[in-house]
Amino acid sequence: MSGSEPRLAKVRALVAAEPAPDDVGALGTVGLLEQLCRAAVRALPADGAGISVMTANGVRGVAAASDPACVALEEVQFTLGEGPSVDAFAWRRPVLAPDLGAASSSRWPAYRTAAQQAGYCAAFAFPLQVGAARLGVLSIQRRSAGELSSEAVVQALTFAQVTVETLLDGQERTLPVTALTAFAPTPDPARDPTLDPTLDRALGSQFTVYQAQGMAMVDLGVSLADAMARLQAHAYASNRTLHEIARDIVAGRLRLEPDTP
Amino acid sequence: MPTVSRERLAEVFVEVADTLVADFDLIEFLGTVTARAAELVDVAAVGLLLADSNGQLQFMAASDERTRLLELFQLQHREGPCLDSFTSGIPVVNADLRRAAGRWPVFAPHATGLGFRSVHAIPLRLRDRVIGALNLFGTDTGNLGPDDVRVVQALADVATIGLLQEQTIHRAEILTEQLQGALNSRVVIEQAKGALARTHDVDVDQAFELLRRYARNHNRKLVDLAHTVLVDPTSVPDLTQRLGA
Repeated sequence: MSGSEPRLAKVRALVAAEPAPDDVGALGTVGLLEQLCRAAVRALPADGAGISVMTANGVRGVAAASDPACVALEEVQFTLGEGPSVDAFAWRRPVLAPDLGAASSSRWPAYRTAAQQAGYCAAFAFPLQVGAARLGVLSIQRRSAGELSSEAVVQALTFAQVTVETLLDGQERTLPVTALTAFAPTPDPARDPTLDPTLDRALGSQFTVYQAQGMAMVDLGVSLADAMARLQAHAYASNRTLHEIARDIVAGRLRLEPDTP
Repeated sequence: MPTVSRERLAEVFVEVADTLVADFDLIEFLGTVTARAAELVDVAAVGLLLADSNGQLQFMAASDERTRLLELFQLQHREGPCLDSFTSGIPVVNADLRRAAGRWPVFAPHATGLGFRSVHAIPLRLRDRVIGALNLFGTDTGNLGPDDVRVVQALADVATIGLLQEQTIHRAEILTEQLQGALNSRVVIEQAKGALARTHDVDVDQAFELLRRYARNHNRKLVDLAHTVLVDPTSVPDLTQRLGA
């Protein structure tokens, strides 16, 4: 554990050296995560970075990214249900796609097309995990094909570790863990864990998807899982993102019909 | 000199360093540390105290479970060699209990009453962070030599590193669970807002108001109610059935 300490300290310093976001509302945890994405782009041979928060039962949201194109590239994976971030989370290990044009990337046909259209040729995804528990994925994009050096992989993993620290520190501010409660947590029903407020805001657009899911469940008379599948199918068929479809549904501009295939 | 062989010494250190196991049990681990300390050096009893979240020392484990002895450990949250060592970060070694009544007016007579003549306290310390202390009692004075102190301090250091690592992992796991729980709760509430908005033909903000009012009036947790709306809507008909339907 102490062996990784100098690397962690270096990455923390790189993150701290990035200017804070202009948007005052994005300070706090999400502001730090945005600084981290930009620091990762600068330190690694990379053109974009994004942080997605995920849970095992299908919650997915983009917490921060170095630029809007990277937000879109994470979101498109949620629409399609495929891509390096989706796999890195499911497999609990880094997914390295140094050449999205290569046959090895053909397991994500739709994602690959979307990424290439956005001008990216390589994608690398690193799971955010603590022991058996998972928080999401740090993804790195590049406009030129090529492998990451082993040194760059180690540094990316260190960025992932600092991402986990940042997310957990933010969470701790909403409900502190003390020395002895770390060993014997007593669930306190009066104090439900709440989400870090900056994270809550950053995931706001993602929450629209879940509102639309609840609406589709009622409109179609199907289960929640089926409702999400129908939203994804509709987005894919109409060549739009899940978020666009969700916004239309929540605004009342779109209603899925029970007999629509 | 430590009374055990080099091989045994190595075994003990490996055992005490091994906290990163799936079924780690704090009390069992601390019990092992006290038992091994008593084995490595010639003392009559060993106890271990850890600081709680308020910085108060709490008795955690002992090599010997006699009630009167346990009291001796417990009263050290107010005075005694453990408190001194915990506060200063420096070991207390070979303190003569018969001459310590001025320093520890409650602790020293209690300890001599149990037949102890000397006491030692070794801080559980990593760099500038002290998390507790190891407490050793002897039945004669001056029974710990410099080598003994080095061995016990090394044992305390290894145990401290193990404890801090274990605590770091536990903290991370607890916070990860909380973050995931908070995310899931948020999503369930959004889904229920969507479902209620369609059922009652209102917007999502009004749907949230319906959900919140029902939760408050029926003294239910918002997230539990949201979950019920989604998986068992007929059990809350006045919320999930359309008015006039």
